[in-house]
Amino acid sequence: MKEAMKGDILPRRIISGFALTGMAIMIFILFFLVKESLPILRETSLLQILGGKEWYPTYAPPSFGMLPLITGSVAVTLLSALLAIPLSLGLAIFLSEACPRLLREFFKPTLEILGFLPSVVLGFIGMMVLAPWLQERFDLMTGLNLFNASVLMGIMIVPIVASIAEDSLSSVPDDLRDASYAMGATRWETTTRVVFPAALPGILEACLLGVMRAVGETMVVLMAAGGSAVIPKSVFDAVRPLTSTIAAEMGETPVGSGHYHALFFAGLLLFLFTWAINLFAARIEARGRRWRE
Amino acid sequence: MKSRFLKDRLATAVLWSCMGAVLVILGGILVFLIVQGAGALSWEFFTQPPRDSMTKGGILTPLVGTVQLVLVAMAFAFPVGVLTAVYLNEYASGDRFTNILRLAVRSLAGVPSVVFGLFGLSFFVIFLKFGSSLLSAGLTLGCLALPVIVGASEAALKAVPQDYRDASYAMGATRWQTIRKVVLPAAFPAILTGGILSIGRVAGETAPIIFTGAAFFTPDIARSLFSQVMALPYHVLILATAGTNIDETRGIQYGTILVLLLVVLGITLTGVIWRARLRMRSSR
Repeated sequence: MKEAMKGDILPRRIISGFALTGMAIMIFILFFLVKESLPILRETSLLQILGGKEWYPTYAPPSFGMLPLITGSVAVTLLSALLAIPLSLGLAIFLSEACPRLLREFFKPTLEILGFLPSVVLGFIGMMVLAPWLQERFDLMTGLNLFNASVLMGIMIVPIVASIAEDSLSSVPDDLRDASYAMGATRWETTTRVVFPAALPGILEACLLGVMRAVGETMVVLMAAGGSAVIPKSVFDAVRPLTSTIAAEMGETPVGSGHYHALFFAGLLLFLFTWAINLFAARIEARGRRWRE
Repeated sequence: MKSRFLKDRLATAVLWSCMGAVLVILGGILVFLIVQGAGALSWEFFTQPPRDSMTKGGILTPLVGTVQLVLVAMAFAFPVGVLTAVYLNEYASGDRFTNILRLAVRSLAGVPSVVFGLFGLSFFVIFLKFGSSLLSAGLTLGCLALPVIVGASEAALKAVPQDYRDASYAMGATRWQTIRKVVLPAAFPAILTGGILSIGRVAGETAPIIFTGAAFFTPDIARSLFSQVMALPYHVLILATAGTNIDETRGIQYGTILVLLLVVLGITLTGVIWRARLRMRSSR
């Protein structure tokens, strides 16, 4: 009997050791991003990086102003969220409240499949289909721009936002709906005044996670956003967000150069920004859960 | 009074059209790519490496490279992910340590893919001196897949009824015996489905492998963990943006995209269908 108990301790130790891997990776990511990005602060000041408007990393002397890149990231994120969130919430409400059960078994996996489309495929669609169309329709210099990338990014985040929001909506107890119907309310009134407010924390979380994904997404903006490092003045200007800058430039940068460290600094910014959104979303979700209980 | 019901009808129509829009977008993309790419598919396309600075030939090397990358990533992420889930669901109590662990896995799931690429470059390629290789790129993809597998496995373990465990304990089995002989076998089909879905994600990722091991071009299939490999998604990017005569290779581009799509969606669809069948069986 005792031997059997002894045999239980070793597996437990080993498994808890493996369980630490995820945490270790997270710590290593933070450590290596900081380690590789700190040297850039010796070359130029933090204020010049965050506030500088000139990104000329290969000039002599180089200039590492990331404001255009940051603005590019923010612009694509906001515009894609603006396009995608209304559609996503419509989908979530549809799947949770209005869709016949049998069809839902078909529609939900379909939505999931859309979320599995590789981003490089969507980027390709942006280059080959959307860009020429935009160019002709709006008589532009180039169809590769902020608007193009935002539309595709919107398609990328719709499945994420919709599925999390749908989970939240369908976890609202039916008692609430029944009570509302018993008062003579229509389905739309029930949805907007009872179900939606009850599911609000989960819906906020869904939107935040969609935004988080848009900030960090790379291939779509690399292929479809046009790639010029200037602060955009219209939705048809080309932009160069942080992610695509890293992806496009890291390959040709000598390890240990100022440019190399600057790109890691851009990565650190991305990491911290998405992490903050993620933690905030987790907090809202946790609070919502407590409230529901 | 009537306007309330009219509003309800109108809202329902808008909701249906949201779903319609998504079906049109997805269907449009798929049909377009299949129509454009089907002509390029042939036996040679799958069995020949690219030739003549990638303007002719097939996609054998990137296709095999993607399979190799997925194998390396899963060899790392699958066991680690499943064991993490076992710890979180079977051993962990609701203490502070477990909460931090959960938070770490959740945080990892939100790290942008290009940041995984930077991490892979600085850690696997440079610090551990693996170089730009199949091993570095595969492990980077593994880190990215880890939280996905943990999430799916934890859900699978949670779905195993507590009765199973109680019955096993009542027979005098230890915790580990219970996990190995009762809980894991019961949860395994669902865990495997999660693994398959995460393969679908890994196979289509580009940003993490660009600077950790994906080759612009190699004529040969990698024979060692330390050689560079071509990969389908990266091949698509190169053909579309860096080709010498982009217009001439249009057919190859659409063909490559279609193969990537078939690989990713084929794997994903298998996982989705398998999962649906599991659910049906368990709800019966």
